[in-house]
Amino acid sequence: MMLTIKDLHARVEDKVILKGLNLEVKPGEVHAIMGPNGAGKSTLGYVMSGRDGYELVSGSIEMNGDDLMELEIEERAQKGLFLAFQYPVEIPGVSNMEFMKESVNAMRKARGEEALTAAEFLKMAKEACKQVNLPLDFLKRGVNEGFSGGEKKRNEIMQLILLKPALAILDESDSGLDIDALKVVADGVNSQRDGKRSFIVVTHYQRLLDFIEPDYVHILSDGVIVKSGGPELAKEVESTGYAWLGKPVESEEAGA
Amino acid sequence: MSEQIEKAIARKYDAGFVSEIESDTFPPGLDEDVIRRISEMKNEPEWMLEWRLQAYRAWLKMEEPDWAHLGYERIDYQSISYYSAPKSMKDKPKSLDEVDPELIRTYEKLGIPLHEQKMLAGVAVDAVFDSVSVVTTFREKLEEAGVIFCPISEAIQKYPELVKKYIGSVVPKGDNFFAALNCAVFTDGSFVYIPKGVRCPMELSTYFRINELNTGQFERTLIVADEGSHVSYLEGCTAPQRDENQLHAAVVELVALDDAEIKYSTVQNWYPGDENGKGGIYNFVTKRGIAHKNSKISWTQVETGSAITWKYPSCILKGDNSVGEFYSVALTRGRQQADTGTKMIHLGKNTKSTIVSKGISAGHSSNAYRGLVKMGPGADGARNHTECDSLLIGDKCAAHTFPYIESSNPSAIVEHEATTSKVSDDQMFLCKQRGLDAEKAVSMIVNGFCKEVFKELPMEFAVEAGKLLEISLEGSVG
Ligand SMILES: Nc1ncnc2c1ncn2[C@@H]1O[C@H](COP(=O)(O)OP(=O)(O)O)[C@@H](O)[C@H]1O
Ligand SMILES: [Mg+2]
Repeated sequence: MMLTIKDLHARVEDKVILKGLNLEVKPGEVHAIMGPNGAGKSTLGYVMSGRDGYELVSGSIEMNGDDLMELEIEERAQKGLFLAFQYPVEIPGVSNMEFMKESVNAMRKARGEEALTAAEFLKMAKEACKQVNLPLDFLKRGVNEGFSGGEKKRNEIMQLILLKPALAILDESDSGLDIDALKVVADGVNSQRDGKRSFIVVTHYQRLLDFIEPDYVHILSDGVIVKSGGPELAKEVESTGYAWLGKPVESEEAGA
Repeated sequence: MSEQIEKAIARKYDAGFVSEIESDTFPPGLDEDVIRRISEMKNEPEWMLEWRLQAYRAWLKMEEPDWAHLGYERIDYQSISYYSAPKSMKDKPKSLDEVDPELIRTYEKLGIPLHEQKMLAGVAVDAVFDSVSVVTTFREKLEEAGVIFCPISEAIQKYPELVKKYIGSVVPKGDNFFAALNCAVFTDGSFVYIPKGVRCPMELSTYFRINELNTGQFERTLIVADEGSHVSYLEGCTAPQRDENQLHAAVVELVALDDAEIKYSTVQNWYPGDENGKGGIYNFVTKRGIAHKNSKISWTQVETGSAITWKYPSCILKGDNSVGEFYSVALTRGRQQADTGTKMIHLGKNTKSTIVSKGISAGHSSNAYRGLVKMGPGADGARNHTECDSLLIGDKCAAHTFPYIESSNPSAIVEHEATTSKVSDDQMFLCKQRGLDAEKAVSMIVNGFCKEVFKELPMEFAVEAGKLLEISLEGSVG
């Protein structure tokens, strides 16, 4: 099993956000997690990746047999867990190229592989950059420095392509994108589907799922998965919204 | 997360070893006799001794400045030894083969091979050990171009007219407390003269090493770039790890005559003291350049060491259209204190200056930028742009900015921008999520912050500066 989450309770500061979440992901599967703002979607990604302040209360998360909670943030990453951020942060002055090279080589080192030379990496990076339709000068620019919202999202997908993680969580990689950018992101993800690697696609809208076809769709509400199904569940959400969950829903435009 | 950052920057000091070298060292204490003996050891002409004594008498009447944002116990100037030289240097070795191998090993350990064939091609080095210059490399090659690069003690004897004309012309004897002390007791340092129209064929550099216990280092550097000439010079410094504080009070004078250009870079890595603030070098330095018509003086400094840094490399933009630049990275950690910045004195018309200061504070350190931009009455159309950025690592450190602007010319333009930022938890999380450990993450973020300054360093040293910063930020992550 790629991922097994059992009865996960987690809190942020004093507030319990995830309240008994269960999820199983097999190698090669794509799972979509949908739900209203504030449901706990981003929290799930942060708890899995080990962000400070997001604490496990009870339950367990296993990836490929490893108890993730036993591992440091970078160790989880080195074991193949990748999070595409909802709000990617800027690192001024550190070139994207340098950052990604260090990252790829840190992963390689953890696997006992030789570091890539600058030339080898440059070749890969150029291809990935083209694939997400960013001009090549984005490799030289500071990490996310002055990038538009859409460019940041595409930059995350570029990293996904370069790192080839076993399990990628995409946290609203579609929000704020126009249809062309959405296709670029979707194509980027689809190009990485190889029947072994798994994806958790977190989204507020059904739109992205027209382009990335999920194997399963889960509805997360108030920290638990309230409904699971196939791709048709996403269509259902599109027509009915989240009102049927029986609690007041914040504006969909808020994009929290 | 900030706790982890703190640990990541707990530093180890690589240059902290002591060399077993027999030295002739003066007993501690300072009076006119000591100055006479220094002058005698250096075989100086009478005028030089007289100059020293005048400075000493002026110094006796001066007060140690206390306006800087620094806290330290007053220095006892009678407890310091003012001269120390390896015994083996007494007979003035004629070539590198005659130099004590232990001295050569010391520099090799510091990554400064003194054998010309092993050196970085294109960089000439003057190696100063405590109070004397050990060796100056590539001298013949430089002489072919007419460039003089030698210990200042030698220049005083060989080129007295040049030295006499320029020494003290930029930093006068009585300029300030530490400069006056230096004038009285300076022991060695480098002298550079680039003749008219000559572009110096290689980078020049001086490497200062303090080894002897309780010894002050008072070096003096004088660089004269004659009309239309060009030179790039780099200074590096280290000292052993000791529990006692040691004083380093240097003076650097730059003279850029019409149309000349001097680029002066410093990578300063004196021992900073331990995490509790015990030991370390007190670095009180006066650096100033005078820029004549159409000339340019550029200071670039990367300051990572010293317990205390008090240093304001300055430019007097005397000639019309002259240009002054100051690019600085100052990193403080542990209990280090830095009060550093620059002075840009605009006297000529259309003079231009640029100041880029990057202060990085970590641990319990304190990092102050102090800068003066002065527009004289004749500075028509002069411009200054100042950018002053502080990066805080953790929440126990402090950054201060003290910009002073004095303008007596309404046509002059002064711009000042300042920012303060933190290595954020978000940035650390992103780096770690991409597989990097905390140390690598901090060093990468800090290097990015300093990029604008690093790109001003000569190529060979930009890499070294980046590495130095990385070592400075190195430690175990818990
Ligand atoms: N750092 C935080 N501090 C306090 N509350 C938080 C923090 N992060 C998230 N929350 C709260 O946790 C809940 C779930 O947030 P989140 O996981 O971002 O939801 P989603 O991504 O589904 O919109 C919200 O009520 C939010 O206000
Ligand atoms: Mg979210």
